[in-house]
Amino acid sequence: MALTLAQKILKAHTTTPVTDEALQPGAIVNCRVDMVLANDITAPLSIKSLRTMGAKKVFDNTKIALVMDHFTPQKDIASAEQVKGVREFAKEQNIVHYYEGGNAGVEHALLPELGLVGPGDLVIGADSHTCTYGGIGAFATGMGSTDVAAGMALGQSWFKVPETIRVTVTGKLPEYVGGKDIILWTIGQLGVDGARYKALEFDGEAIEALSVEGRLTIANMAIEAGGKAGLFAVDAKTLAYAQAAGRKGDVALAADPGATYERTLTLDVTNMEPLVACPHLPENVKPVSQVKGITVNQVIIGSCTNGRIEDLRVAAAVLKGRQVNNNVRCIVLPATPRIWKQALKEGLVEIMLDAGCIMGPASCGPCLGGHLGILAGGERALATTNRNFRGRMGSLDAEVYLANPAIAAATAVAGTISHPAAL
Amino acid sequence: MKYNGKTLCVGDHIDTDAIIPARFLVTTDPVELGSHCMEGLDPEWIKQVKPNATFLVAGRNFGCGSSREHAPVAIVGAGIPVVIAHSYARIFYRNAFNMGLIPLEIGDEVENIKPGDELEIDMTAGTIANKTSGKVITFPPLPEAMAAILNAGGLAEYVKKQLNA
Repeated sequence: MALTLAQKILKAHTTTPVTDEALQPGAIVNCRVDMVLANDITAPLSIKSLRTMGAKKVFDNTKIALVMDHFTPQKDIASAEQVKGVREFAKEQNIVHYYEGGNAGVEHALLPELGLVGPGDLVIGADSHTCTYGGIGAFATGMGSTDVAAGMALGQSWFKVPETIRVTVTGKLPEYVGGKDIILWTIGQLGVDGARYKALEFDGEAIEALSVEGRLTIANMAIEAGGKAGLFAVDAKTLAYAQAAGRKGDVALAADPGATYERTLTLDVTNMEPLVACPHLPENVKPVSQVKGITVNQVIIGSCTNGRIEDLRVAAAVLKGRQVNNNVRCIVLPATPRIWKQALKEGLVEIMLDAGCIMGPASCGPCLGGHLGILAGGERALATTNRNFRGRMGSLDAEVYLANPAIAAATAVAGTISHPAAL
Repeated sequence: MKYNGKTLCVGDHIDTDAIIPARFLVTTDPVELGSHCMEGLDPEWIKQVKPNATFLVAGRNFGCGSSREHAPVAIVGAGIPVVIAHSYARIFYRNAFNMGLIPLEIGDEVENIKPGDELEIDMTAGTIANKTSGKVITFPPLPEAMAAILNAGGLAEYVKKQLNA
């Protein structure tokens, strides 16, 4: 039987060997996991569940990552108490990959960068954007804290083998169009539940030409179509990325020719315009030309979706020599300390500060309405983040638009939703 | 097991930020989380809930968005034992069982339930009797593995039993 990427990776991890036929979509398989992740919001519940379970020890103290990134630097007493509890747990269990403070960053930018997740891995995380690691060829999916607690105790979890929707992307990406636009288009086509319980698999010449960072951006938002995973083949680019992150022994991986797909979407990006997801769902996608001129109060550049060095380069290129509009606060949150340092080295931070941006710490911050840029009633933001649900970034009467870093930077300068070419 | 109560209805694609906004995720206490249930949809919503006598009825893709288990915890904490929806987002569906919340998935039949309808849900028979309209909706029995998790009171208790077995 020809297998999809999802089937191949699950097959390589089953706790007992299975035939290809046992991997039909809908079948349930028990699998070993290579990494189990939780953050400062979800880990406290995982720890509580582990205690209820009576589990005395985690299955492997090197295969659990606890990243304090959502409400950090600790925004108030309650969040500080939560982090304190996780820190104590990490000490008690000798968790090797505990991150808080100067070594911490947004989890889904941090773990690939550190080589803790990589090609062919099976990863579960108590965070819905765990699917990001599909960008480097890992089957990675979000679960709740208690499922993740069971994974921490047992080193395994159950998975329903998903059907796969194939997204073939052809043509050459125009300037100011990137991975964000490919995934927004996909979500616009499928709707926010079109890939429910399914995996997405991206291929085609535009995907082959895309950087690993661009692929991570696409995989990150698979969940916004309801997807269980967003997967990419492991090619020479992926292997080079994994090697640079300190990993050894990774190998190329691709779906079998003739694998069965639930359906195939095809996108030619040659003449594509940057896209914007309008309030209050990520599926409300329009070309930027149709929403230009809408005023904004805040721009966010950062997050697990678009807070990587390439994103900052794109934004800085637009901001260089220009000024953020007086009516806008433009908040830039490089997603990890390494990205921050690289941006500093390349002069991007200086360009952004000169333009009037607020440079913030490596935190999820405002993306989920935590802190570092909350919206008042009637305010409007354009963000490079992943969700624009009503109330997500603050007041129930605020609005969030989602777009790529070039559009975000241009919008910060103009004060209205704008294409960089129109500045 | 039978449940009786009146319905509160919400729409399609109700996300976890609506069920429990992130600013309340600084606690794991079900009662505290329950007091903010649906505050991201309507800050007054919780006032309509009568503990153990209210069912939450939703449209498509209920619980989409984040993986926060606080969402089903908040619903249970508010005193709502059963959610009835057209369909569920994957992570929420799994979390609901794990937290001891019954997520009934009934597709288009959900159109036959209106706000304020009085329902009797019989888990053994697999029926939702709408006492207001007189209509009876059937649902397939829960998969055995899921029922076992619910009967144990959630996944943590279930694993505890397994570890002690």
